[in-house]
Amino acid sequence: MATITLDGIGHAYPSRDPGEARRYALKPVHHVWRQGRAYALLGPSGCGKTTLLNIISGLVTPSDGRLLFDGQDMTHVSTERRNIAQVFQFPVIYDTMTVRENLLFPLRNRGVAKAAAGARVQEIATLLDLVPVLDRRARGLTADAKQKISLGRGLVRSDVSAVLFDEPLTVIDPALKWELRSKLKAVHEALDMLMIYVTHDQVEAMTFADEVVVMNDGRVLQIGTPTELFERPAHAFVGYFIGSPGMNFLPAVLQGDSARVADAVFPLGMRYATRSGTIRLGFRPDYATVTTGGEGVPVAVRRIEDLGRRRLARVALGGHELVATLPPGTTLDGATARLHVTPQHLHVYVDDERIDGDTSGGAA
Amino acid sequence: MRLNGRSLGITAYLVVLILPIYWLLNMSFKTNDEILSRLSLWPHQLTLANYAHIFNDPAWYLGFLHSIEYVTINTVISVTVALPAAYAFSRYRFIGDKHLFFWLLSNLMAPPAVYAMPFFNFYYSIHLFDTVWAVALAHCLFNVPLAVWILEGFISGVPREIDETAALDGYSFPRFFVRIFLPLIGNGIGVAAFFCFMFSWIEQLLATTLTTVNAKPIAAVMTRVYSAAGMDWGLLAAAGVLTMIPGAVVIWFVRNHIAKGFALGRV
Amino acid sequence: MEKAINNRAWFFVLPVLVFVLFSSLVPLMTVINYSVQDTMGQNNFFFNGIAWFQNLLDPTTDIGGRFAAALVRNLLFSFVVLLIELPLGVGAALCIPRHGWKVGATLVLIALPLLIPYNVVGTIWQIFARADIGLLGYVLTHLGIAYNDTQDPTSAWATILVMDVWHWTGMVALLAYAGLKSIPDAFYQAARIDGAGRWSVFRNIELPKLQKVLVIAVLLRFMGSFMIYTEPSIVTGGGPGESTSFLSLDLVKIALGQVDLGNGAAMSLVYNLITLTICWVFFTVMTQLDRRKDV
Repeated sequence: MATITLDGIGHAYPSRDPGEARRYALKPVHHVWRQGRAYALLGPSGCGKTTLLNIISGLVTPSDGRLLFDGQDMTHVSTERRNIAQVFQFPVIYDTMTVRENLLFPLRNRGVAKAAAGARVQEIATLLDLVPVLDRRARGLTADAKQKISLGRGLVRSDVSAVLFDEPLTVIDPALKWELRSKLKAVHEALDMLMIYVTHDQVEAMTFADEVVVMNDGRVLQIGTPTELFERPAHAFVGYFIGSPGMNFLPAVLQGDSARVADAVFPLGMRYATRSGTIRLGFRPDYATVTTGGEGVPVAVRRIEDLGRRRLARVALGGHELVATLPPGTTLDGATARLHVTPQHLHVYVDDERIDGDTSGGAA
Repeated sequence: MRLNGRSLGITAYLVVLILPIYWLLNMSFKTNDEILSRLSLWPHQLTLANYAHIFNDPAWYLGFLHSIEYVTINTVISVTVALPAAYAFSRYRFIGDKHLFFWLLSNLMAPPAVYAMPFFNFYYSIHLFDTVWAVALAHCLFNVPLAVWILEGFISGVPREIDETAALDGYSFPRFFVRIFLPLIGNGIGVAAFFCFMFSWIEQLLATTLTTVNAKPIAAVMTRVYSAAGMDWGLLAAAGVLTMIPGAVVIWFVRNHIAKGFALGRV
Repeated sequence: MEKAINNRAWFFVLPVLVFVLFSSLVPLMTVINYSVQDTMGQNNFFFNGIAWFQNLLDPTTDIGGRFAAALVRNLLFSFVVLLIELPLGVGAALCIPRHGWKVGATLVLIALPLLIPYNVVGTIWQIFARADIGLLGYVLTHLGIAYNDTQDPTSAWATILVMDVWHWTGMVALLAYAGLKSIPDAFYQAARIDGAGRWSVFRNIELPKLQKVLVIAVLLRFMGSFMIYTEPSIVTGGGPGESTSFLSLDLVKIALGQVDLGNGAAMSLVYNLITLTICWVFFTVMTQLDRRKDV
């Protein structure tokens, strides 16, 4: 049970050429993981999320910064003494042992009293529906049962500082993923532990975590609740990585309280100072609607995609393709239509970073 | 500390391993006088005479050629015939497949001494006695099953979808096998060839039983040093050193696959 | 995915069948033929029924006693060989470096003895063990140990054992190394996180994962040591007396040395059958024991 502080934690592999800048697998980051919360590290493979996880578990020693557990420096403490638990991508089970022995193993190694250990194993097995197979040999079980044992071994110690999950549902059948995910959520609520969950699947991250850390290319881009990530992506990458389909981005020219894309003008509801750098206008397809008439900018309709639950229109604006929602009941006649986006859902990005406008000035 | 223990362990093991080989090498560079007069840890009168002798005497170097000939013939035959069979065992079920596989492996369990006498009679009667072909064919007894065993393991590691995709793409089976499949299991073929080479190279009982003069392998030639004039130790050592070279060369090429090759056969 | 049933696969197997049958069936039939006949000399054979076998399997006869003694000797030898080479090989494999150029170099050195022709192995040890010109014999003698591999049965046995260990432990080590390499890092990391000690990691992770390759190692090493011929025939020639006369040495002496075809053939068959049976029993017991624990 602990709060984990990342104090400028970063990791670079030593470069062979002294003149060359160090290549960071993880750029220095400051963050606090609070006791009892569930966090997700989300990003594409190679983004540094596993490196960050391994730094916390002690399998990797960071090149920069300090790692604090409840204020105590743990940067150079060995894995065994950090008191963390980790669940790996592939089930790690001890072949020769029964399920019960597997779950008891971490407790036995740490000399937990027999009665207490037995009770705890029973509790965890109940949470994970492992009671019927407790005395079976672990080896003969299915992949998802094995992964449940791995999860169980991670959760069985009640005194751990944190439980780390490294894409634990990779090998699980899609049909069972949902079940295990909600099981994990329930376990988190029941056990009051700090949990850190690494995944490249946004749905997994958003359903599991209280807060999601989005990473790309060794950098932490945004830390926030699922709603914050969806509504106000701080970085263009967060915009198109989260949400399906991702955010639309159009090269734009700022004109005070509006932005011009090709010949069309989008009112922003806020005043923006002129900036240098690449300026783009971003908005989610979910908040952009296409209609035949009414207000909005004229666009050329390319294609309609019927997803059943909703319909999307692929349209073009001055040569830039983008995606918008087609409201229920709307039919488009002809090759052109009007695109409308409410100003509060329009975001301005300068060199991929989101910038805020000046609200006090208001629209003139 | 643990790392030190490990390096210490492996170093000790390797030293014990190398010592007898070093001793042979050491002796091969000594004169017989030095060998017999005192025990020296390195040659004090370094000489290449022993090696020169071998390279100048046809009886010696022909022995080498014979060995290399039958080992090569055997390796080519074993791998070639084993390839389609290994493919069949890996991809299809057919009547008697399991029994056949077990029977093949059971040939690996046959003591060569059991076959020495009947082979002698058999190859004599078909006029192959004292040819490199006799030895090459005799070694097929254990090398063909071994090659099937190793290749089957490697082929089973190639997804069957590849076969099907190739068929859909309009490849005829022979063309698919040669153009697509063989390159895919290149490592496996290398490992199988290595093992065939190795077992044919080191086997001596059959090789010496089936030859007398014309196809005598190097190992059999080595008995020549037991002459009336006493042992020619230096010469024996030099010949021994030379027989280790082909193995050492071959193993260098497959060093990254050898461990894998051992473990891939199915049990 | 289930394999397709295709009996035309027999055509693929045919070449193998031809080559192996050529090398095994005809000679085997020759042996069977000899084993049930006796000769008056001059290619004059007559049917002799199972008399050779009765003779061979009765320890009170001359040949039977000899066979039984060689069998016991050989079984003991194989047992000791397995007892030493398996733990030593696994131990060596655990010590093999995991990274860098040292891996390749170590593997090549470990495999080197495997590629030396059997009779050269014999020669190496014949020389190495001599008290006058061999390092081992010289050192042992000068340490005051009564060592003489051509006169003293204990020395002879020890020499052959050490030679076999030297020759073949590398194979066990390579097999075990292959098994160890197939264990994903996550298992070691998980064990560290679970607080397992070194012995516990070996007992609960490494050993179970090595099981498959160790079955192969036991089979190969049993077969190899049970069929051993060339190396002892050079180092000790089966002596002193009969003390290192293992089955193959005895068989060759009878069949090729004394041209005693009937006894030789009967012995060949029984010997082959014993090898097959023991391999089959080993294999079945080791795989079955393991499966039973699953249920």
